[in-house]
Amino acid sequence: MKALCYNNVKDLRVENIPDPAIISPKDMIVRVTLSSVCGSDLHIINGFIPTVKSGDVLGHEFMGEVVETGSEVRKFVKGDRVVVSSVIACGECHYCQQDSFSLCDNTNPNAFIPEKMYGDTMAGIYGYTHAFGGYSGSHAQYIRIPFADIGAFKVPEGLQDDSVIFCSDAFPTGYMAADMAEIKPGSVVAVWGCGGVGQMAMQSAWLMGAERVIAIDKEPYRLRIAREKSKAETINFEEADVLEALRDMTGGRGPDCCIDAVGMEASGSGFGYAYDKMKQWARLENDRPLVLRDAIMACRKGGNVSVVGVYSGFVDKIPMGAAMNKGLTFKMGQMHGQKYIPKLLEYVESGQVDPSFLVTHKMGLEQGQEGYDMFTQKTDNCMRVVFAP
Amino acid sequence: MTQIKVTSAEYIGETLPQPIGSGSAYMNVGTSERIISAIAGLALMNYGLRKFSIPRLLIAAAGAALVERGASGYCPVNNMIKRNTSQAAKPESTEITKSLTINRPKAEVYAFWRNFENLPKFMQHLSEVKQIDSGRSHWVAPIPGGIGKIEWDAEIIEEVENEKIVWRSVSNASVDNSGEILFKDAPAGQGTEIYVIIKYLPPAGAIGGTIAKVFNPAFKQMVKEDLRRFKRLIETGEIPVSESRPSGKTSATEDTSIDKIENKYESPLL
Repeated sequence: MKALCYNNVKDLRVENIPDPAIISPKDMIVRVTLSSVCGSDLHIINGFIPTVKSGDVLGHEFMGEVVETGSEVRKFVKGDRVVVSSVIACGECHYCQQDSFSLCDNTNPNAFIPEKMYGDTMAGIYGYTHAFGGYSGSHAQYIRIPFADIGAFKVPEGLQDDSVIFCSDAFPTGYMAADMAEIKPGSVVAVWGCGGVGQMAMQSAWLMGAERVIAIDKEPYRLRIAREKSKAETINFEEADVLEALRDMTGGRGPDCCIDAVGMEASGSGFGYAYDKMKQWARLENDRPLVLRDAIMACRKGGNVSVVGVYSGFVDKIPMGAAMNKGLTFKMGQMHGQKYIPKLLEYVESGQVDPSFLVTHKMGLEQGQEGYDMFTQKTDNCMRVVFAP
Repeated sequence: MTQIKVTSAEYIGETLPQPIGSGSAYMNVGTSERIISAIAGLALMNYGLRKFSIPRLLIAAAGAALVERGASGYCPVNNMIKRNTSQAAKPESTEITKSLTINRPKAEVYAFWRNFENLPKFMQHLSEVKQIDSGRSHWVAPIPGGIGKIEWDAEIIEEVENEKIVWRSVSNASVDNSGEILFKDAPAGQGTEIYVIIKYLPPAGAIGGTIAKVFNPAFKQMVKEDLRRFKRLIETGEIPVSESRPSGKTSATEDTSIDKIENKYESPLL
């Protein structure tokens, strides 16, 4: 089959590789119909996550059609249309049974790597380096789904692929960001990052009864989409001082809930940005925590900071004094897709949320490099490039 | 002796005896004697191999035996006449400890382990365990690299149902070893905590010790990974795997060389 593989830093190639096969009776094989790029892929492609190898198939946000099921798969039969959580979970360990699927004890075959890096192991993730299990990714014609009954979900009839694919990752991630931020009726919510996850966080905030949603980015077209599609007020951080603007907009309090939907490769301006960029370039610091710093400084006293933007290692100059003395609550993590996806499919089915506006470009796998370049450079008003292998 | 604290007052490892030091792991020749043995042995070999004749060959063979005696620190004659000039009275054992939590009831976890024939399902370094009778079992482990296998018999020396198993290899094992596993209810209904300690004596005295040190980090890590596989097998009914090299560009073994990856990612991110 054809697959889009990592070859080297910023160098992707389409290769012919063997079709996946069922290994365990709980596996199934899915023919991928759509597979999306994701901001977190860029950290891998740009060489910030060390355990990627030449030949690894990328991609973790996808949907498709079941073509083969293992003998112990109960929920699916050949021909079913499914959307699959990008996080692989066993459903049997303590964490899975607490609905913390991305903390699964059992699905990372390379558990010893994160154990060394992070002190413990987390769930495996499709196409997301060997530290996260070395699973083959979804930018391919076929993919093996381990623990299929736990990780895959049947797509309700009548829904378009474009509306469903982001239930695999961007929507649950944004929804979990809003959930962790404990948004209640009356909450003022600030979301840093107007990409797919940020937009989904904004729309989820409305579902939870937010009073106001404020979006922060620098790309005018993404801010425009935040206004039009996610009904947010917007701040362009290249034009305004974000902290001052947020304070001015909220009666001097600051937002109750601050969501970081950006992560380790944040853009910014001024001395802080140059400092982090240099340190990261010299590999003295992995992550540029500009958004995290802003979120802490902007957040209302006693407020919640929710982090779903990906960080991989160490960060510098976190204003811990502000966080402690303002009594902030931090919650963060990779999304627990298996917990949220059934509910999110209901939102899509009822028409309350339609994430299809995120699909701005559709391509074949052969245009993989071009698609990622476009996504990285944000040309042609690109939100998400989606491959149809 | 390593001890793991299990509760504020309880330790694992307290009752675990040292493995029995049988011939292969035992030194009974003192240092100065070993040096003299080795030099004399080399001299005899030098003389014996200069020209070919049967008597000279016998002398060379005797020399080789002396060199071996000097190098290993073990002398079978000393052993026979119960003579021991070595300062290192007891060989030093290597210990591996690990504890982890398994989301299953204690009785189930205990029963799975107690059936030793289950062990090779998750212990990659074992190829077979056969129960001989209720207390004794026969263990087979391939030597890495496929150059043979080692076998030994083990006996249970202490057992409390659903709580504890202590075992030890019987004498003349090629790798003398002993082990203890403790099963405890984890707090808040999180299943079972297991505490494991395994001791083994590296083969062939001092030289064997050096060899064992070279292989030790990898072996320790392998045993720890085996215990993780135990958890995975009993919780999920399988040991999850990923396709190791989807494109087949490099060999699959590259990924699993834990030692290599460990060194590479010692400081993984900076």
